[in-house]
Amino acid sequence: MFSEPWQAEAFAMVVALHERGLFTWAEWAERLSAEVKKPDAASDGSDYYGCWLAALERLMAEKGFAGHDEVDAVAAAWERAAHATPHGRPILLENDPESVL
Amino acid sequence: MSHDHHHHDHDNELDPMAARVRALETILTRKGLIDPAAIDVIVDTYETKIGPRNGARVVARAWSDPGFADWLKRDATAAIASLGYTGRQGEHMQAVFNTDETHNLVVCTLCSCYPWSVLGLPPVWYKAPPYRSRAVIDPRGVLEEFGVTLPKDKKIRVWDSTAELRYLVVPQRPGGTDGWSAEKLADLVTRDSMIGTGLAREAA
Repeated sequence: MFSEPWQAEAFAMVVALHERGLFTWAEWAERLSAEVKKPDAASDGSDYYGCWLAALERLMAEKGFAGHDEVDAVAAAWERAAHATPHGRPILLENDPESVL
Repeated sequence: MSHDHHHHDHDNELDPMAARVRALETILTRKGLIDPAAIDVIVDTYETKIGPRNGARVVARAWSDPGFADWLKRDATAAIASLGYTGRQGEHMQAVFNTDETHNLVVCTLCSCYPWSVLGLPPVWYKAPPYRSRAVIDPRGVLEEFGVTLPKDKKIRVWDSTAELRYLVVPQRPGGTDGWSAEKLADLVTRDSMIGTGLAREAA
């Protein structure tokens, strides 16, 4: 069902956040619908989880749980951490050479 | 051929989507809004435990137990929950029964609402724009692409799912299955037959 692990994680995050009552399913469906109806959405549905992730980011920003800039910054830290991690070892955020944590 | 000098052969790459998902997870975990262990459990549940077999058991039970079929018609949410399949999004279920006169087809034109608790995660085509738009405009043509040709006088009813209401198609029971156990009947019930893009398998 999922072609890459991040798709499963993005899917599960929405289910978990909804179960905590942080948004209604109707609110979610509305955001997801807006993403999949964008004119540049792939006609074969191959970017469905990309839309899913975009909808989740938007909802989290709207709710004040995770702002776009904050996600950008932490995502960049994860990418640096991945580069700095030897192959075959788990990628940890602590491996980010620019980490200020 | 050797690596070029700029290439670090022990580099890991995270693609941008994966990095963004990790970033969200990190931020939300720090705020105490999600628990990474719970995320793993949900992924495992949907990948291994929930799938169309759940729905097949519901259909097979309806085929073999008229009392259950009647309950499923009146209150699908409760009848399905009695078998242990409950929706996580608080959605209501409606079962739509195929008959000699009417074939039912389910779509979500809005996005991809789907009866997860009984069918698992939707197939790729269900989420793709062509199906979402054409199922309503030309259901007969869509069915033919799925290899389902219905008699001309058979009515097709299209049900558009919402966040609050999801549909399960109960296909017609194939002939030659009198006296079959519910378990054996369930093997005839395909995922597509419960979306309406297929029929139940014929008895072998």
